[in-house]
Amino acid sequence: MKLHPILAALRKHKAGTVLIALQIALTLAIVCNAVFIIGQRVERVNRPTGIDESNLFLISQQWVGAPSGDTADGVEKLDAMQKEDLVALRNLPDVVSVAPINSLPLLNSSWTGALSLKPDEKNVGTRTAYYFGDEQVLPTLGLKLVAGRAFNAGDVQHQGARDQRDPATVMVSKAVADKLFPQASATGSAVGKAIYLNGSGKPSTIVGVVERMQTPGTGSWASAFAWNSTLVPTRMDANFSRYAVRTKPGRLDAAMRAATPALYAVNPLRVLDEESIQSFAEIRDKAYRADVGMAALMGVVCLILIGVTAAGIVGLTSFWVGQRHRQIGVRRALGARKVDILHYFQLENLLIAGVGAVIGVLLAISLNLLLIRQFEMERLPLAYVLTGVVAVLALGQAAVFAPARRASNVPPVTATRAA
Amino acid sequence: MFGYYLDLALQSLRRNKVLTALMVLAIALGIGACMTTFTVLHVLSGDPLPGKSARLFYPQLDPRDMIDYGADKDPASQVTWTDGMNLLKAKRAERQVLMTGGDVPVQPAQSGLEPFLSDARYTTADFFPMFETPFLFGHGWSEAEDNGKARVAVITRTLNDKLFGGKDSTGQILRMKDTAFQVIGVLDTWRPNPHFYDLNMGNYAATEDVFVPLATARDVRLERDGSMNCWGKGSGDAEHLEAATCVWLQFWVQLESADKAAAYRTFLDNYSKEQKALGRFQRPPNVRLPNLMEWMDINKVVPSDVRLQGWLALGFLLVCLVNTVGLMLAKFLRRSGELGVRRALGASKREVFMQLLVEAAVIGLAGGIGGLLLAFLGLWLVRLQPADYASLAHLDLSMLLATFMLAIAASLLAGLLPAWRACQIAPALQLKSQ
Repeated sequence: MKLHPILAALRKHKAGTVLIALQIALTLAIVCNAVFIIGQRVERVNRPTGIDESNLFLISQQWVGAPSGDTADGVEKLDAMQKEDLVALRNLPDVVSVAPINSLPLLNSSWTGALSLKPDEKNVGTRTAYYFGDEQVLPTLGLKLVAGRAFNAGDVQHQGARDQRDPATVMVSKAVADKLFPQASATGSAVGKAIYLNGSGKPSTIVGVVERMQTPGTGSWASAFAWNSTLVPTRMDANFSRYAVRTKPGRLDAAMRAATPALYAVNPLRVLDEESIQSFAEIRDKAYRADVGMAALMGVVCLILIGVTAAGIVGLTSFWVGQRHRQIGVRRALGARKVDILHYFQLENLLIAGVGAVIGVLLAISLNLLLIRQFEMERLPLAYVLTGVVAVLALGQAAVFAPARRASNVPPVTATRAA
Repeated sequence: MFGYYLDLALQSLRRNKVLTALMVLAIALGIGACMTTFTVLHVLSGDPLPGKSARLFYPQLDPRDMIDYGADKDPASQVTWTDGMNLLKAKRAERQVLMTGGDVPVQPAQSGLEPFLSDARYTTADFFPMFETPFLFGHGWSEAEDNGKARVAVITRTLNDKLFGGKDSTGQILRMKDTAFQVIGVLDTWRPNPHFYDLNMGNYAATEDVFVPLATARDVRLERDGSMNCWGKGSGDAEHLEAATCVWLQFWVQLESADKAAAYRTFLDNYSKEQKALGRFQRPPNVRLPNLMEWMDINKVVPSDVRLQGWLALGFLLVCLVNTVGLMLAKFLRRSGELGVRRALGASKREVFMQLLVEAAVIGLAGGIGGLLLAFLGLWLVRLQPADYASLAHLDLSMLLATFMLAIAASLLAGLLPAWRACQIAPALQLKSQ
């Protein structure tokens, strides 16, 4: 089929043609970027934290009238209280293991610092988040040890939360090991090496490396070192404490219910309410709720946009078909087959959608550049744009089919009637 | 004539129900999306203290050491105890307040209530007059209570309802961290948005439930909360916070005029120089004095996701409008015959144009009503979100009016081109082809 008659006809419908093309272009630009944002959010939400998230919950509690954590005597008393809690929790029937801990991945409560290979280097080095726990921290969190050994009871110390003592031993995530020792071929070579925490002059020895462990922060400020975790074998003593608890499979709810009475039995003078006990699923849910919401919103907007655009194409093409009723009849009378009429409208739509898609690609890229400047987005991959182009062309064809079919059903006899 | 046009418009819209519904729906969706996101933006970027905010300033100093120094770096975002107290005592502003956030274990006297943690603010006396907090009962404290480390507290209406059943609790005793505080005031509902005076608590955090004099809080060693930045030998050791090289306090001043603000800036500059001469400061003076709204901008208080949603909604409205223009064009041109007859019978181009615009406006009005319903639905969905600003998302009167203005303006705009095109029809040609 020749393009010439189609172009000639379109010239008579400039406004309509331009509007459809423009609408397709805008839809392509917005949908491409929106789908890209959805993809990014989904990817972010699906990152594994490196810990075994099932059957895990966290208790955050505070004692009322506890001794001060700033005196040596107070620290010992607090430590005794914390150990009593740990024993009580470890004795619960549904509990597998318990570790005192300052935070968990995705909890958005972090203790960060820097690691370096030389002593007394302030404010330089590899940024990291610290996790303070005891010898049960690895089995409790389900971390995977890839080199060296886990902490043993002999490694574990205790200190006041504001005491700036350096630990003799630490474990690091593989991300930290790779960053500190980039030349080392095997991860295991980090084991036994000395590092300095937060510009300290006293070395700490790496005893083990875990495969992966996300930091607690999920904000953009923490994304630069999201996998740089350092585990310190220390029970932190303050007037509050957190315990990570691993339960037997399927016994999470029961263990969560049993925890509060068990702790109150040890010491009733504490603040421990419903919000103090949360399963890891809740922590994850809370951390990513905004991302999931944004992705869902983008998805809904995309669907509606596509619907509106399809409806627009159907509406305008239907109008054209109605307007050209007589001409279609003439063509049919002159020997054009039904399929020729069908193809005419399909090709016309392809042309318009094609022009729209070309403008849309340019718009999509400029919109992306704007988003990069304003919202620190990443560059839109070409695959998204190309998929988008194919999608809008297909959308145009799908939308035009019904009106085009109606056009092809115009009987040749129409030509002989007055319009 | 308007009544006649309206009648014609309604007839025409009724004749083609599907197309009409499509146009109304497109406008409603676009308007609904825009109004939902713009309302959230409007609420979030609002002025927490209208009429006052231009006179409130947040002085910034740079007391840090030379490590990590850069000439273009921002000064510290909070102040140390020493600087805060120096500036407070200098009294160079109309009013000044030094404060930090914290949390206190509240031990209710009633046996039925377990001890619970409450968000608290440890502040000096000017907090209440400076931020114009409404009092339900009693009043705030004065400088004398600050200096005397008095065991007094101001609580919010929420806490008063919980602990004292909503009765006037001034003079009652409130036990916190094993210490007895006397309640001297109860704040009426007060929730400035954003939570401007301390953004570390969350940009849209609710107001703290307990207010205690700063010196008292230090004396009783109430737990502080919020951001703390230390350098040199500074540590967050609760015993020695007064001397620590750490910034952890917020300091606000009230200055009545631009001249006074300029004078205060000079004072801050001189103070920095003096502290440098004394050897306390090491960096060259780097002072700032943003006012309240500038401080909100510097801290990018409005979440970027919300701004992104605003842009998305605007793009969405644009597509919906283009769609409506296309459909209206089709609809108007289809009626060329009818319009030709009207023209031949003596209607001027202008009159035909007006007739079509009325039709466009009717669609706009219907779309506006639909958009408003969708905006209510959208805002209800926003309020179900867990974000701390979610509960604030309500449509106010100005946004309500804006919805209708936008809907009608948008549909008139969309109607312009199709109406103009339709009234260009040559009546003779149209009549001939009938």
